[in-house]
Amino acid sequence: MSSELISSASQISKAEYQPRVSARQTIGRIWRWVFFGSTALAIVLLGMLLWSVIGPGWNWLSWGLITNPPSRFPEKAGMNPAIWGSIWIVLGSGVAAFIMGLGTAIYLEEYAEKGRFNDFIQTNISNLAGVPSIVYGLLGLVVFVDLMHMGRTLIAGVLTMALLILPVVVISSREAIRAVPPSLREASYGLGATKWQTVWNHVLPSAFPGILTGIILAMSRAIGETAPLLVVGGASQVLWRPDGPFSTFMVMPLQIYNWTGRPHEEFEHLAAAAIIVLMIILLLMNSVAIGLRQHFSRKARW
Amino acid sequence: MQLESSQEAVARIPGISAAAFQSVEKELDTSPSLIELRNLNIHYGSFHAVNDVNLSIKQNSITAFIGPSGCGKSTVLRCINRMNDLIPSARVDGEILYHGQDVNARNVDPVEVRRRIGMVFQRPNPFPKSIYENVAWGARINGYKGNYDELVEASLVRAALWDEVKDKLKDSGLSLSGGQQQRLCIARALATNPDVILLDEPASALDPISTLKIEELLRELESDYTIVIVTHNMQQAARVSDRTVFFSLNENRQGILVESGPTQKMFTNPEDPRTEGYISGRFG
Ligand SMILES: Nc1ncnc2c1ncn2[C@@H]1O[C@H](COP(=O)(O)OP(=O)(O)OP(=O)(O)O)[C@@H](O)[C@H]1O
Ligand SMILES: [Mg+2]
Repeated sequence: MSSELISSASQISKAEYQPRVSARQTIGRIWRWVFFGSTALAIVLLGMLLWSVIGPGWNWLSWGLITNPPSRFPEKAGMNPAIWGSIWIVLGSGVAAFIMGLGTAIYLEEYAEKGRFNDFIQTNISNLAGVPSIVYGLLGLVVFVDLMHMGRTLIAGVLTMALLILPVVVISSREAIRAVPPSLREASYGLGATKWQTVWNHVLPSAFPGILTGIILAMSRAIGETAPLLVVGGASQVLWRPDGPFSTFMVMPLQIYNWTGRPHEEFEHLAAAAIIVLMIILLLMNSVAIGLRQHFSRKARW
Repeated sequence: MQLESSQEAVARIPGISAAAFQSVEKELDTSPSLIELRNLNIHYGSFHAVNDVNLSIKQNSITAFIGPSGCGKSTVLRCINRMNDLIPSARVDGEILYHGQDVNARNVDPVEVRRRIGMVFQRPNPFPKSIYENVAWGARINGYKGNYDELVEASLVRAALWDEVKDKLKDSGLSLSGGQQQRLCIARALATNPDVILLDEPASALDPISTLKIEELLRELESDYTIVIVTHNMQQAARVSDRTVFFSLNENRQGILVESGPTQKMFTNPEDPRTEGYISGRFG
């Protein structure tokens, strides 16, 4: 039987192969241009967006915008409280979501038994990531502001935002943990390591760049979110930057929203300038995060 | 006298001379058996990979697993220190006794089993850490209190890797070549000082010189350790092992144990024609 196999295999003749290398290369080149086109389109759209903001806002950029509190007079108006509010919200919710989200991801990936229950949780977390953000705002209003008597304070905003970004953090951390090759776990267990020693010394360091990427994306989302904070933070003008978890707060997107709603044309320019500031802060935040990620992925490279 | 007759028989098998056998007269059957496999059946999902293996592995000896690719050598080996726990689809039935204690019993901690039964995997899997840390880590988690520099050096020397890496201990273990990584994994296993070492084709990516060094190491270790080695290299099995276990596939493509016995007997005068066929290269 095996000799039959061999003889039929040796009948495969060279003539049956039609490599058509240049035709395959042409197909490859066509796809290259398709991908280039989609990249170019994205860049053009982004450029148009930037232009529509930088055009009207550029002349209104000033130190005062960053250092002054809001004011009725456009020349004196600034967004200092909003900048601080946004920074605290992003950092606070980032840290809270990181701790809770990573903990959940580690539990589900490494400890919980794989099966129906795990799949059920996974599906629900994915669904939570798609819930409109205003719903989280209402949840925060009921649970943190009213039930827990926090009022419309920074801490209520931070916790609401943390819940909002939690599903994304859990999902991305899980993906990162799952991408750690099984051979690495085997190497660790094979030496007599416990689960915790394996997770802490090998799985997490290897997954960390991926986990950081998820956190960065989640925090970028948190800095731009407006709707839930409109509900838990209130839209009232705040003149001082937050001085503790229980102080009132303002955030940049809310400030921008507030200014665009005013009748004077100057405030529209101010809003455009504020958007530029928001984008610069976002850019700074992302660069720091990307630097961190690079640092960690150099340490844990395959 | 017995020696002479075996020399004659050996001549039939290409490339192996009787002088190659490690310890012809070693009386193995009286030494106590450390590991006993009883009615071992292993499934991956619905696939019956290993069918009813019975085997005893002697203390302070080297046992070689040989057999065609896919016959379940790695699978059996990985069961002994419960590495198959990590594969969700794997199911192990039967008894694996270590010092008379079933390693799969409820009250046995797999961490304790793996601490005593170390393993070198078929594919080298160094940690993405420095060479030094690769060797030191296993000892550290097992609470080694001695001098780490000495431990790392001694382990790397024994694994025949020290000369190549002594000037770059800080480099990543992944920067090494495939064969160097294999030896690094051997050094790593030695540094944790287990009682039993399971080696899954530890020399598959090594040049003849490193292979010989590893074989020398195994013989040196034999007095303190119990060693099980999987190999596709018949000469290697003949050179290093005291006992040889031949696995093969049955008609349902399940892994079975065909024959096991003292290496010398297995290579010169096997009882099963399949063993002789495999060893003399008539059957792959
Ligand atoms: N993780 C797994 N999941 C499913 N099937 C597996 C798994 N590992 C091994 N098998 C199957 O079990 C059988 C035995 O595999 P094993 O790796 O033990 O063979 P082996 O004797 O070590 O082969 P080789 O000499 O090529 O290393 C094979 O048919 C293989 O396909
Ligand atoms: Mg194998």
